[in-house]
Amino acid sequence: MLLFIGMSLLIFFAPLPQPVQIPKDRLIRIEASSFQFIPGEIQINPGDRVTVELVSTDVVHGFSLDGYSFELKADPGQTATGTFTAGKAGVFRFRCSVACGNLHPFMIGKLQVGVNLLLFRGIALGLLAIAAALVSLRKAPRRRM
Amino acid sequence: MTRLDLTRSPRALALLRSRWPQFLLRAITLAGFVFTILSGLMGSVVGSHNFAIIFVWIAWWTTLKLVFIPFGGRSWCSICPIPLPGEWLQNGGILQPRGGTGFGLGKRWPRFLKGSWMQAGGFLLIGLFGAMTLTSAKITAIVLLFILILALALSLVFERRSFCNYLCPIGGFTGLYAQAGPVELRVKDVDICAAHSEKTCYTACPWGQYPLALKSSANCGLCMECLRVCPSDNIAVNLRPWGSDLGPKTKHRLDEAFLGLVMLASALVDSAVFLGPWGQLKSAAYAIGSPAWFLFSGSFLLTALGILPGLYLGAAWAANRLGTTHVNLRQSLAHYSQVLVPLGLMAWIAFTISFAFVKFGYVLPAVSDPLGWGWNLIGLSKTAGVGEATSFSLNLQVAILMVGLYWSSRVACRISETIRQAAPLIAFSGLFTLAMLWLLVG
Ligand code: SF4
Ligand code: SF4
Ligand SMILES: [Cu+2]
Repeated sequence: MLLFIGMSLLIFFAPLPQPVQIPKDRLIRIEASSFQFIPGEIQINPGDRVTVELVSTDVVHGFSLDGYSFELKADPGQTATGTFTAGKAGVFRFRCSVACGNLHPFMIGKLQVGVNLLLFRGIALGLLAIAAALVSLRKAPRRRM
Repeated sequence: MTRLDLTRSPRALALLRSRWPQFLLRAITLAGFVFTILSGLMGSVVGSHNFAIIFVWIAWWTTLKLVFIPFGGRSWCSICPIPLPGEWLQNGGILQPRGGTGFGLGKRWPRFLKGSWMQAGGFLLIGLFGAMTLTSAKITAIVLLFILILALALSLVFERRSFCNYLCPIGGFTGLYAQAGPVELRVKDVDICAAHSEKTCYTACPWGQYPLALKSSANCGLCMECLRVCPSDNIAVNLRPWGSDLGPKTKHRLDEAFLGLVMLASALVDSAVFLGPWGQLKSAAYAIGSPAWFLFSGSFLLTALGILPGLYLGAAWAANRLGTTHVNLRQSLAHYSQVLVPLGLMAWIAFTISFAFVKFGYVLPAVSDPLGWGWNLIGLSKTAGVGEATSFSLNLQVAILMVGLYWSSRVACRISETIRQAAPLIAFSGLFTLAMLWLLVG
């Protein structure tokens, strides 16, 4: 059991190298309307300097990026611009930060920086979990759930 | 198996036996329920500022899944306000046991409507109209009011808690997962019950259970009525290891498999709609009655009634074939439904963490200004931020999903003869976990 816990911690936290790409400057134009961002899914590389151009096509919308404390607010028909450097790898959601109607709390998009290691860690952990379940029952049959 | 009987502590026994502590909690939840309906009807139309939305869908729904069920099984039903007005009328009093002179026709629930089929159906309906109910305070209030009136009406026509037993979608949810919970009510000494011919506990049970026959906690509402009327103090309230109702010997019915599958499908669809980056999906789920909504409903129903049951059917069929003794398909579908319990419970917990950790910042401001009329009761109005998913919350979701996979694989092995036989069910669990993983952290 201890072995499995150790292994799962390893899978969880072992530092894995991100494939290195030469950082680029990117300009991303995001259209916000009730209640979606277009594009809703964005893929960039770690280290990229990203300039976001937020355009609102109807009411006031915001853009707030998880994990980066990066926020923009765009008035209707206007463009708001801001720049950040993608220092952290992983998948981050961005959300509308201005109450814009009923579905506002669920107005969400997704920014993927590099490879989503957490997903792969999760898959490895899943296989480990199954193995642990099999072994735990073989060693101590009918012990407890 | 190890059990810790709470009634052995005189103080705990006194608390459980007296009707007052429970009544006080029930009074609070009932008042809260009525207040929620009123604030939903009269308060702000901005959902994220309305007490009804925040309290029902963030505070209560989260607490139910993160606290009540994993630590108390069906404990919510013990203080749930919904059936109370009807039950009080049935009993002819608030602190009365069942069986006195009350109101109501006391008819039996029709046989063909028994089981948890309709609870599962109710849960599907919540899912189909979820985007609207979850975001509109008025509709939340109307749904709650409707449930309250329906429960009252049914208790005047039928005996006991018919609404709870056969209709309440929340009851279906909690009952299913209560089997994995660490609390159970059982009799202490079987012989004492056998010698007691009046069966006062059965007469008193609002849920129509006979404690001696309880093998699973799914249908016991932990209301403690049997404990109060037992003349021999023969009722125990046990703390037990998680998942005690799941095992090779326990009995399970086909409707549990259906309920379990509906819950899995709902967890998937809710994750996609509310947490995913697909704006059109959200709009489709919201625009009830539009062609897009019909498309959404169609795919939801296809997942809940077609794809998942199909995969499960295949897994159960294969498992049955791989065993040495073959039972009929219906029996194996029911038997293997136990695998769906830890799988679904953990998936819902992971979903809840993903959802609620971000939105919890709304709770205190909603207490401060419950109707969205600009009050400031505790000085915290207008402090709600956007909220964000931290990497801690993401890691926690992964960990919880893995516990679910580990747990359901264990159950699959324990209820199969060989690991080979369990393999199709483990594969099913793995596939489902992968889908949840991708939706939550992908
Ligand atoms: S079954 Fe439903 S209405 Fe009945 S006590 Fe439980 S949650 Fe409340
Ligand atoms: S068995 Fe006892 S605790 Fe359970 S529902 Fe019936 S009376 Fe309530
Ligand atoms: Cu918004």
